[in-house]
Amino acid sequence: MSALIEIRNLSKVYERGRQRIEVLHHIDLEVAQGDFVALMGPSGSGKTTLLNLIGGLDSPTDGKIAVAGKRIDRLGQGQLARWRAGHVGFVFQFYNLLPMLSAQRNVELPLLLTKLPGARRRQNAAVALQLVGLADRATHKPGELSGGQQQRVAIARAIVSDPTLLVCDEPTGDLDRQSATDVLTLLQQLNRDHGKTIVMVTHDPKAAEYASHILHLDKGTLVESAEAAA
Amino acid sequence: MKYLHLIWASLARHKARTFFTLLSVVAAFLLFGLLDSVNGAFSQAGHSVRDAHRLITTSKMGLTFTLPLSLYSQIRAVPGVEAVTHMSWFGGYYRDPKNFFSNFAVASNYFDLYPEFKLPPAELRAYEDTRMGAVVGAALARRFHWTVGDEIPLKASIFPQKSGSGTWTFDLVGIYRDSTHKGQENQMFFHWKYFDEAAAFGNGRVGWYVEQIAHPSQSARIARAIDALSANSGHETLTQTSSAFAADMVSQFADIGLIVRSIMGAVFFTLILLTGNTMTQAVRERIPELGILKTLGFSNRGVLSLVLAESVMVLLLGGVAGMALAAAAVSLIQAKYGASVPMLPVGVSEWLRSVGLMALIGLAVGALPARRGMRLRVVDALAGR
Repeated sequence: MSALIEIRNLSKVYERGRQRIEVLHHIDLEVAQGDFVALMGPSGSGKTTLLNLIGGLDSPTDGKIAVAGKRIDRLGQGQLARWRAGHVGFVFQFYNLLPMLSAQRNVELPLLLTKLPGARRRQNAAVALQLVGLADRATHKPGELSGGQQQRVAIARAIVSDPTLLVCDEPTGDLDRQSATDVLTLLQQLNRDHGKTIVMVTHDPKAAEYASHILHLDKGTLVESAEAAA
Repeated sequence: MKYLHLIWASLARHKARTFFTLLSVVAAFLLFGLLDSVNGAFSQAGHSVRDAHRLITTSKMGLTFTLPLSLYSQIRAVPGVEAVTHMSWFGGYYRDPKNFFSNFAVASNYFDLYPEFKLPPAELRAYEDTRMGAVVGAALARRFHWTVGDEIPLKASIFPQKSGSGTWTFDLVGIYRDSTHKGQENQMFFHWKYFDEAAAFGNGRVGWYVEQIAHPSQSARIARAIDALSANSGHETLTQTSSAFAADMVSQFADIGLIVRSIMGAVFFTLILLTGNTMTQAVRERIPELGILKTLGFSNRGVLSLVLAESVMVLLLGGVAGMALAAAAVSLIQAKYGASVPMLPVGVSEWLRSVGLMALIGLAVGALPARRGMRLRVVDALAGR
């Protein structure tokens, strides 16, 4: 399989006043198209920073990141925003749904940036909700849904514009075991049946087992890579 | 339009806060609508097309000083003057001093110079033929439920009769209308001749003269010529255009425009502080949500536009409601009190001006919070920083 994500000599430094914090040191990484990678490591190891860089939420201090051949490290803020809208779906630990919007409206959000007419947007959102098994909760607001359901709405929002890449930051970190299993199964299904490339940050070894590859990060450096049991 | 639900959802996030913010906007624009209507009525006085063809000659000493009737023929002879009439402030009231309205003793040709006062021909003839006849505006007739044929007793606040009586009785013979300036329908006119014969003092004198001129462009020259007639006499005159005279009359009460501007300045300043503070608070609370929008691909400019649109929406919703209430209130006041309360209906230009003001204030109060939203870094916003 060809590499969807290609990272070379990637570094990220944060400056807090006079303090210089080097979060990532010279990372080299390739993630193949259709892969499901779990990124593990202790707190402060740079997992989320690496995920943010892969997802185009932040820019590296040094090095190269290419996604599907596109050098996103060279893009400006506006270009990155447009790129994210078309190519990446995000799933967060705390779901990050807009509380005043229904599940349907939340899922529809990324489609507002497209030229799709309203009816088509609603139809696509309904299909995405159906895919995550929440078609009957379309009119419910996040506060009226359980944690697992909210995360599934977030996954529906992540896939509604059919991105190539899903980046998930601790997607099961706030869920009970059963809901976590449901969410991980759903992600695995999206990977296997729909060909989505997934990069997932997790602390949970059981969650990491759903991935096809596990990467370990420590103090900003990739320390080992392993084939997952799944 | 596709973002409307997003803006609406933001407003609905804190219903009570949005409600009270809207209420303050409603109150501000209700006040604006009412005061603008009053200001418009005052500033419109003396600005009709016909007014451009009329000059007013008063005593240079002020409106309370009268002029001799002998000036009439002299003014009539000034080149460029087509016709002259005169009028005198009577200052009577109906039954009770609180029933105040404008009433004037006028020359017999008064209505020739004011053709905008539409009086049915039969009523005009009746007026000309009745020594104690009086004509009132339609709004005034409605106010006191007068009809043609009524006898109207006016108590004199300035001029008693030679007989010693303080009550002057008039026969109401006509009711005029002025479709363009409803404010003019709140006056009463009667014969100066009757007044001059019966008044205990002030005989042979008039309040001011009104001249009809052919060309408004000649008004300055004609005014100078008229004033030259009384130069260095005991009754020097000041001749000015009708609009300048009206402005003088209004300024005797107060500078209405300045008062309105001052009040509205204070109201809008408070509104900007209040809604600005609310918007800042609302955006601060929603930083993670704005971060989500940016994560999903909304650009900095997109977030800026959303926050500004939210701010303008608050102003538009409250402002339109306030102006609608003002329009309804003006209609009600005019229906109940007629032209006795000087107000103009809230028209298209007032609506356009107020909507412009709403948009401007909305943009002003939304500018800082929107800038903050625009400059948010996604990773900081998601972390709630």
